[in-house]
Amino acid sequence: MNIFDRMMSLDRRWVFLLLALVCVITYAIPFPIKINVTNEVSSVFNFIDTLKENDIIFVAIDYDPNSLAEMHPMTYSIVEHAFRKKLKIIFTSLSQNGPGMADLAIRDIGDSIRVTKTYNGITYQGREVVNGIDYVFLGYKPYPALVIVGMGQNFRLPFPTDYYGTPLDDHPLMQGVQNFDQVKCVIDISGTSGVDMWITYGQGRYNFPLALGLTGVMAADYYPYLNSGQVFGILGGLLGAAQYEKMADNPGRAIDGMRVQLYAHMVIILFIILGNVGFLMSRQKKRL
Amino acid sequence: MKRQLPLILVFIFGVFMIFQYFVPHESSEWVFEFLLDWVYIIGIFALALGIWSLVRVSWDKIHKRKENWPYAIVTLFGLAAMIFFGFDYGRHFFSAEGLENFMFRHFFDYIMIPIQATMFSLLAFFIASAAYRAFRARSLLATLLLMAALIVMLRFNPYLGSFVAEYMEKTASWLLNVPNLAAKRGIIIGVGLGIVATALKVILGIERNYLGKD
Repeated sequence: MNIFDRMMSLDRRWVFLLLALVCVITYAIPFPIKINVTNEVSSVFNFIDTLKENDIIFVAIDYDPNSLAEMHPMTYSIVEHAFRKKLKIIFTSLSQNGPGMADLAIRDIGDSIRVTKTYNGITYQGREVVNGIDYVFLGYKPYPALVIVGMGQNFRLPFPTDYYGTPLDDHPLMQGVQNFDQVKCVIDISGTSGVDMWITYGQGRYNFPLALGLTGVMAADYYPYLNSGQVFGILGGLLGAAQYEKMADNPGRAIDGMRVQLYAHMVIILFIILGNVGFLMSRQKKRL
Repeated sequence: MKRQLPLILVFIFGVFMIFQYFVPHESSEWVFEFLLDWVYIIGIFALALGIWSLVRVSWDKIHKRKENWPYAIVTLFGLAAMIFFGFDYGRHFFSAEGLENFMFRHFFDYIMIPIQATMFSLLAFFIASAAYRAFRARSLLATLLLMAALIVMLRFNPYLGSFVAEYMEKTASWLLNVPNLAAKRGIIIGVGLGIVATALKVILGIERNYLGKD
């Protein structure tokens, strides 16, 4: 077996080992990496940044724990940005295992908001975000298409009570809020096909501004909706979340994770090049 | 009548829902909301049927000692435990207190989340290995695919230098916004037309597979 054959048939355990080493080392040793912000991310940030105090936005946390590593940083950065701007948020989670995570994320972000911090040169005083006043978490109901259509009529139709069992009408935030007409935008952070429901049955029918947070592998599929104007912004995978964190001047899990992702990608590219060099050279040799 | 009644109901409600979409009248909205309630109710029965089916299949597996039957015990135990804790040890059946139950939260936060996150994380290793073995420039199309993938992966690499990075970014944007967009639009329009055709077949009673064999 010559060197080119060896390059083509490397034991996959070496691939696993090198990838694991790169992931561990780049995670353990912090160093800065440059992050360029794309238009599809900046449009989401700018939209939220220009909303007025007490405006209401709708955030759908539609992912399961399997895509948590990519999606959680998006949720954290967008929701923290919105809360710092004193926007009101209506949450829902139309993914089966999503509500527990969404609840956890809301509590975590609530803790973070208590601390006074400075972002982009503006100091935001720490404050308490209160359930029912600053946010309402509607929870989960099965059949996302129907739930979205129902919410388009009235939030109370699919969700007479919130996740914690309180009737929606008991929340000050929900006074006068009937349906999507009263929210400034919907942000669907999704790792499932539920995002198609938001586009078809939500934006298509009720015509609200919609932004998407998607896993890296899903992002390319939704560019047609960005170009047609049905979606005003897309955060694609960990990179999208890192770009948002950079714009919000709030480096967190995504920028941390980008070190790992960048070097993991470089290892994968290295192996692809290695395999192809071996393949082309051995083919050349056979021809000769 | 056993087959005709469902066909008539599907036809009436299917045609109604088509027209309702274009009629923004109050009464039409009221009927629509009423029908949505029905769908939730039917959906809850489907959920109950799903649980019953899972229990029956798992029990059958254990009873007949089929392959990997011990896993069925874990499935049933998990199902029973989460229901038990979710209803707060049977103390709260009609309120949401169970969601705050210590065991319910801990089972979800420290078992469910790590298990699912780990399973998905392992994919990175398999993708790396699969890309190394399968991503070969065997033909012109495979080479194009390979080049496109490398450009999209490398577009934000900060170590490329500003000149190369700029061209990578422009090429990647073109790939996403032109060929990718054209192909996706074609697929989306095709799928949309397919959905309309299937829906019409169901409403008009041409497609009857949903009725079952009896």
